[in-house]
Amino acid sequence: MAERMQLCNLSENNFEQCTKCSICTTVCPVAAVTTDYPGPKQAGPDGERYRLKDPAYYDKALKLCLNCKRCEVACPSGVHIADIIQRARMKASEGHRASLRDTMLANTDLLGTMANLVAPIANATLGLKPTKLVMDSVMAIDKNRTFPAYSRQKFTTWFKRHAAKDQDAYPNHVSYFHGCYVNYNFPKLGQDLVKVMNAIGYGVHLLDKEQCCGVALIANGLYKQAKRQGRVNVASIRKAVNMDHHTVLTTSSSCTFNLRDEYPAMLDLDNSDIRDGISLATRFIYNLVDEEKVKLVFKQDYKRRIAYHTACHMQRMGWQLYSIELLRMIPGLDLQVLEQECCGISGTYGFKKENYERSQAIGSILFKHIENAHVEAVATDCETCKWQIEMSTGLPVENPVSVLADALDVEATRKANNLTD
Amino acid sequence: MATNEIYNKEYDVIIVGGGATGAGTARDCALRGLSVLLVERNDYSTGATGRNHGLMHSGARYAVTDGESASECISENMILRRIARHCVEETDGLFITLPEDDLQYQQTFVEACQRAGIRADVIDPDEARRLEPAVNPALIGAVRVPDASIDPFRLTVANLLDARLHGAATLNYHEVEGLIINQDRVQGVKLLNKLNGEHVEVHSRVVVNAAGIWGQRIAQQAGVNISMFPARGALLIFGHRVNNMVINRCRKPANADILVPDDTVCVIGTTSDRIPIETVDDMRVTREEVDVLLNEGVKIAPSLASTRIIRAYAGVRPLVASDNDPSGRSISRGIICLDHAKRDGLEGFITITGGKMMTYRLMGEIATNAVCAKLGNTAPCVTAQQPLPGSGEGYDDQRDTTKRYSFGQRAAIGRHGSLAARIEKDNDIAGALVCECEGVTVGEIKYAMHQLHVHNLVNLRRRTRIGMGTCQGKLCSCRAASLMGEINGNVKAAQEDLAAFLDERWKGMRPVAWGDTLREAQLTAAIYEGLCGLDMAVDLKGKEDVQ
Repeated sequence: MAERMQLCNLSENNFEQCTKCSICTTVCPVAAVTTDYPGPKQAGPDGERYRLKDPAYYDKALKLCLNCKRCEVACPSGVHIADIIQRARMKASEGHRASLRDTMLANTDLLGTMANLVAPIANATLGLKPTKLVMDSVMAIDKNRTFPAYSRQKFTTWFKRHAAKDQDAYPNHVSYFHGCYVNYNFPKLGQDLVKVMNAIGYGVHLLDKEQCCGVALIANGLYKQAKRQGRVNVASIRKAVNMDHHTVLTTSSSCTFNLRDEYPAMLDLDNSDIRDGISLATRFIYNLVDEEKVKLVFKQDYKRRIAYHTACHMQRMGWQLYSIELLRMIPGLDLQVLEQECCGISGTYGFKKENYERSQAIGSILFKHIENAHVEAVATDCETCKWQIEMSTGLPVENPVSVLADALDVEATRKANNLTD
Repeated sequence: MATNEIYNKEYDVIIVGGGATGAGTARDCALRGLSVLLVERNDYSTGATGRNHGLMHSGARYAVTDGESASECISENMILRRIARHCVEETDGLFITLPEDDLQYQQTFVEACQRAGIRADVIDPDEARRLEPAVNPALIGAVRVPDASIDPFRLTVANLLDARLHGAATLNYHEVEGLIINQDRVQGVKLLNKLNGEHVEVHSRVVVNAAGIWGQRIAQQAGVNISMFPARGALLIFGHRVNNMVINRCRKPANADILVPDDTVCVIGTTSDRIPIETVDDMRVTREEVDVLLNEGVKIAPSLASTRIIRAYAGVRPLVASDNDPSGRSISRGIICLDHAKRDGLEGFITITGGKMMTYRLMGEIATNAVCAKLGNTAPCVTAQQPLPGSGEGYDDQRDTTKRYSFGQRAAIGRHGSLAARIEKDNDIAGALVCECEGVTVGEIKYAMHQLHVHNLVNLRRRTRIGMGTCQGKLCSCRAASLMGEINGNVKAAQEDLAAFLDERWKGMRPVAWGDTLREAQLTAAIYEGLCGLDMAVDLKGKEDVQ
């Protein structure tokens, strides 16, 4: 009898599985730089007990959480600490409208659509000192931040005009979730992906409908909008995965993490049937090479020394090894793998005036490591890490897919994979 | 006041027992202008006061079986909502009928409540499920009553604070070794100071025996016989609140039929077993008791089956046999006040017993009336009108939810009411969390140490909730011991205290040590024994159990 009760009473409450070992707090980049934040253990599982007693115990310090998920990676008990914190923020924000600044920062696609139309003006204006000062004082977007430049032509426009018609000719096929950054700011990354995939015999296709994955919407409290957009994306990905039997590739670690893990955890969107069909491009390519399904041939004269930075969400997925090992296949590349540290930007977090100093303090360890690595460029799978590292170290930052595209001998690779013109 | 000064004074009244009843009596006596000393052999609220459900009864539970107790409860319930706002959470309660229960009983119950003056609204089961999502969804009937949740530690301390504000002296860790009796008159108490081993005598005109179940021994020391019938009850504490209303079973009182939301946790209880008086100091909970509590608890709230249990504890109800029936067949749950001059021919000695934590104030009033009658004091009782310290002026201001308080500050306001304003908070150190589970800051610990008679970590726990959260002292006890060692300038004592505290925490975890609670305990042991070698540094054998 006694034994039976012990077997049947086991906690199903994830936050109760915390044994208060505090490892999460030791790896929290925010707790490391400020005493204003009590750390993930207290903000997460500890605070949750009080919030269950009375929601008034919600502590505004939870806004300082970056949602970098390093706590979850460190937790030996499998507690979804950052999810608990995000959920609490979500609950506390109910009935409150997001500020204009947060709404603007969160709507990366809306902002991108408008800016694309007037890209030269937008780029010039956003870079001007008076504009920055106005944004700083009126919008509370820190004046030290540089907005990523907007492209004159969207990736999708380029794709439809220059690439779409050739894709059906390839023996294999994938779909591509390009994300806002590729579409509005940096179409070259999308072009690089098409170049690499085509070279190994894969045609690339866009989804029926793609909307911003919503990672910034979630971070800024616009959950309803995030869920609306999420539904559209899940439907499109479902068609690609289940009907067309495509793997849906991505080139942004944050979009990937959001589509796979935050949709069910934060937005209650069921993606269980398609989650395995979403993959970062580097992981997909690495697996093809590893299984000897495709071959990569690199330029003879290629020679570079670059560092690889593991984005926090990349580490949460445990996928950095795919990018690293893929880059290590390039014979002329001297790859310095940096110890995992948070860069401090965390999407839109570092753009906000109130977070700027903390953001830079968090990133300072990483910047020091990069400086000591003596490299000509940094590779990372996250675009916001890219902005932060470029701004803070002056070094160019590239996506591993772009590094690969640059190093690849396209003609030789096509031949090695038996592709004829 | 220095301890020696306290010893050397002569008092109108000495109160034996630092539970809610003793504290309430001390407050009432002090408010009526008597000079008062309260003595407690352990810490305040270590007996039945600190070992119950934390339920502020509406009286509904007693309505069918004991109308008088029910009336007392509802009247005191309404008074405590006014005078002890910072100790009370106005949750309301449900009496639910499950398919296995007789729905006819609901009618009997509601009528009995109405007779006792307790508001009892029959509500639709759907409405009950909406009000309290944790309730067993299979319920077929529900009645809403004005039950509430109350913190007995806070309540006792608030009464002691008010007593002291009005001139009373209070001593914990002072055990009564005997009474000073001169011919047929009690004239004071012989005390052992357990902190330093000193024996002293303190004189008074009247002695009030408010020692709960231990009152039988005190009476024996006066050569007077009272027949106590200890009824033991065990309870389980769950790691967080699953319910926000008190949930009772609507049937004749039985095992484990009340689930109370207490602060950050919820508590299921109790069992009820008659035990011999010799065993009242053994508070260990058995596996069988745990099984009964859990089995019955899941019938009230099914989610308890998959909620972490952090602790088990037991208490002893001080039931008293009626004087005309010493066999114990007719046991009263009502308040008993014995003037031993009338009953036994012994002047200057009064016993106040029976009753419930819930009716402590009324017990205090009755005892004080008896004391005043002896001393010719005619001042009226004001304890029902005057708010306790913490619930008076400044209470609403502190509770203002629109104000920006840190987590630790808000938690402290929840515990100390308006007195939280006295807690230092304006610097990083004072605001730093010592206990992360319960939000206890350095400032709150200093306040407790300086204002609330704290001698060790267990005392500190009762004043602040430190170590009462999920980790049961894993992180906070070391920090708090270090702070106390620093303030008291005695590192060795702090080290021993730390070991004793962790031992005390483990005792309550042991009966429920499986799953996550066992993992928690193992990590604590690994840190303090394996890593820090605390078991090598401190020998706990022979140390008196502070519990």
